Amino acid sequence: MREVAIVGTGVTKFGELWDKSFRAIGIEAGIKAIEDAGMSGSEVDGVYFGNMSSRFINQQHIDALIADYSGMATRHVPAVRTEAGGASGGVAFRQGVMAVASGMNDVVLVGGAEKMTDMDDEGIASIMDSTADAEWEVSMGLTLTSLYAMIARRMIYDGIATREEIASFAVNAHKHGALNPNAQFKRPVPLETVLKSGPVAEPLNVFDCAPYSDGAAAVVLVPVEQAKKMGVDYVKVAATAQASDTLALFQREDITTFKATTVAAKEAYKLAGIEAKDIDVAEVHDDFTVGGVMALQDLGFFKRGEAGKAVLEERIGIDGEVAINTSGGLKAAGYPVGAAGVAQIVEIANQLRNKADGRQVENAKYGLAQSVGGTGSAVTVSILEAI
Amino acid sequence: MDVGIVSYGAYVPRYRIKPEEIGRIWGADGVGMGRGLGIIQKSVPSPDEDVITISSEAARYMMDRVPEVNPQDIGAVYVGSESHPYAVKPSSGTIAEVIRATPNLTAADLEFACKAGTAGIQMCKGLVGSGMVKYGVAIGADTSQGAPGDALEYSASAGGAAFLIGSEKVIAKINKTLSFTTDTPDFWRREGQPYPRHGGRFTGTPAYFKHITSAANLMFEAMGTKAEDYDYAVFHQPNGKFPQRVAAMLGFTPEQIEYGLMSPYIGNTYSGAVPIGLAGVLDKAKPGDRIFVVSYGSGAGSDAFDITVTDEMKNYKKENAPTLEKIIENPVFLDYALYAKYKGTIMMPE
Repeated sequence: MREVAIVGTGVTKFGELWDKSFRAIGIEAGIKAIEDAGMSGSEVDGVYFGNMSSRFINQQHIDALIADYSGMATRHVPAVRTEAGGASGGVAFRQGVMAVASGMNDVVLVGGAEKMTDMDDEGIASIMDSTADAEWEVSMGLTLTSLYAMIARRMIYDGIATREEIASFAVNAHKHGALNPNAQFKRPVPLETVLKSGPVAEPLNVFDCAPYSDGAAAVVLVPVEQAKKMGVDYVKVAATAQASDTLALFQREDITTFKATTVAAKEAYKLAGIEAKDIDVAEVHDDFTVGGVMALQDLGFFKRGEAGKAVLEERIGIDGEVAINTSGGLKAAGYPVGAAGVAQIVEIANQLRNKADGRQVENAKYGLAQSVGGTGSAVTVSILEAI
Repeated sequence: MDVGIVSYGAYVPRYRIKPEEIGRIWGADGVGMGRGLGIIQKSVPSPDEDVITISSEAARYMMDRVPEVNPQDIGAVYVGSESHPYAVKPSSGTIAEVIRATPNLTAADLEFACKAGTAGIQMCKGLVGSGMVKYGVAIGADTSQGAPGDALEYSASAGGAAFLIGSEKVIAKINKTLSFTTDTPDFWRREGQPYPRHGGRFTGTPAYFKHITSAANLMFEAMGTKAEDYDYAVFHQPNGKFPQRVAAMLGFTPEQIEYGLMSPYIGNTYSGAVPIGLAGVLDKAKPGDRIFVVSYGSGAGSDAFDITVTDEMKNYKKENAPTLEKIIENPVFLDYALYAKYKGTIMMPE
C-alpha cells in the first residue's frame, strides 16, 4: 500500500447559492483544488464524488455529469459517485485514498457537492429524513430531527449532558464560522439565542440544527512519493476508516453513543499509530448539536459525561484542548450534505498546512475528520498528518 | 402635461387578530413569530367583506374628497388584486357602477401578485398622459390568502386603497414611474388552489430585495436623486421587517418610512400594501414634499414612483373622508374561532 498525500484543496462558499447550478459549484471546487495543487486537470486519472441525493436537482448519473463538466469525459477518466447519507463526502474521500494507496490511480480528484436550496423546505426535509429507516422510522412519523431529539432527551435523562451543554456546541460553531469567509453564517451567537430559538423537535431548537445549504469541496490526492517531487505543501493521510451500524436507531442497545464512530475511530487511531489525545484539531459531524457532543465522546476526546461540560466551558475553541470545528462545522459553515465530508478534509488539510487564515491552530500535527450518515449508520473517520 | 394623483381613499376592515392568538392554535411560538415578522396584529375582513366591498369603500372615500369631479369623466377603472371574488366576472365593473362612472369607460381586473395596484396607477398615468381618458381610477386591494398554520397566516390581511389619476387639480404629481420585471418564481397560487405557495427564504434576497433595490436604483439613476432627496418613502410591506431592511439598504431613515409603513398594525394587504402606505403618507404630506414609492409583486416585479406633492394639496378636501389613522383606530380583536368563521374556513352543511 502506498502512502497518500493531499496536495490541493478547494471549497466554494456555502449558503443559498441561488445564482449557481450544481455543476457550476462542483466544477468551481474542483478547479480550485487542482490549481492549489499546481496541477492540470489532464493529470487526473480518477474521480470520486460525494453526493447524497439526486432528488435535490432531479439528476441521476451524477458521476457522469461531473466527469463531463470537469472535462474528464473526453479523456474517459472513470468517475464514481458515493452515497452514504450525511457521510457521502467522507466515503468519497476514503474511496479516493484507497484508489491511490492501492496503485489503481495516481492522481485522484475527490469532490463533493449538494445543491439543496432549489427545493422547498418540505421537500428538503423529506430527503434528509430518508437517511433514516424509511420503512421502520420515517413511515411511522419520525424525522431525522426527531430521532436526534430522542438522543438528546436520553443524554439529558442519563445525565451525560445538560440541555445547556448540548446547545453550547452551536455557540462554538458560530464563533468559528465568523472566522471563515466561506461560511453560511458568519455571526457569533450567545447561548441564550440557541436556547430561545424556535423549537423544531424538543429539546432541539432551530439553532441546534445545521442549515440547508448549497456548496462544494474538493481535494487532490497523489502518492506521498509524488507529492515530495512536486514541491508543494501537502499533508499525509495517516488513516481512513469506515464503520456501519443498524439503519434504524431503535435497534441499538444504546442511543447515546454511535458505535460506528467508536469502531471507525479505534481503527483510524490504530492505522495512524496515535491516540485520541494526539489530535490537535478535528472537524466533527454536527448536523445537530447533540451529534457534535456525542462525537467528542465517541472519538475519545473527552470521557462519557464530560464532553458537554468541555463545550460549555469553551475548551474546544481554536486555542482549546482540542480545536473542534474550526470551519464553523456543519452548523455554521453550512451543510451541503455531499460536500460536508470533503469540506472537513479541506479544513483539516489547510490547518495542517498553516493555511487556515484567521482561525489557524498553532503547531497542529494531527487532524481528524468524522462524517456521519443518518443516525450513525455509516461513519468515516480520517486522520491527516502534517509534514 | 402634469399627470398625477387627483384624489385617494383607503379602507381597512375593523377586525384584527394577533400573532400570539394564531400561534396558540397551532402550538407555535406566536409571539416569536410576530416579533420575527414585525407584525403586531393583522386586519381581518368581516364575513360580508371582499375585494369588491373594500375597493368600493376606498373608491367612495376617494370620490368624496373631490365632489367637483364628474364621475362620468372617469374613462378607466382598474382593480389590482390576488383575491378578486370571481375568477370570471370583473370586480372593476362593479366598482365603476358604485362610483357612477359607467357606462362609457374601460375597466379591467389586474393581477401581478402584490403589485397590481401600482401597475394600475401606471396604466392610468399612460391613458391620462396620452389624452385617451380624462381620469383613471387605480385600486389595489386584497383579502389575502395564507394557508392555516403557514407562516403567511400570521401576516396575510385585508385592505385596499384607490387613486384617481388625472391632469387637473393634481395633489401629487407623478414625476416618473418605471418598473423592473423578471421571471422569478418565489410565490404563486395556481388556478383553483385556495392558498398560495412560497419558496420560503427564496422570497427574500433574490426576489423582494433584488427587485425593489433594482427598481429603486433605476429611479435614482433616472432622476439623479438619492434617498436623502425624499421626504417620505413607501415600500412593499409583506411584513414589518422587509421594508425596514430594504429602506436601510437604499439609504432611507426610519423617519422617512414611518407614515408609509402600515404592515405592523394591519398586516400584509398584498395588492393593497403599497397603495395603503402611500395613502398614509398623503394623509400627512405637505406641498413640496417628495415621495419615493416602490411596490413589489412576486413572480416578480417592482414599480417605482417619484412623486411630488403640489400646492393643490392645500385646496384638497381631505377632510371629506377619514384619514388612515382614523380608519384603523378602535379595532375589534377576534379570537381564532371567530377568525376562522369570518374567513370561511369552517366547513358548513350544503
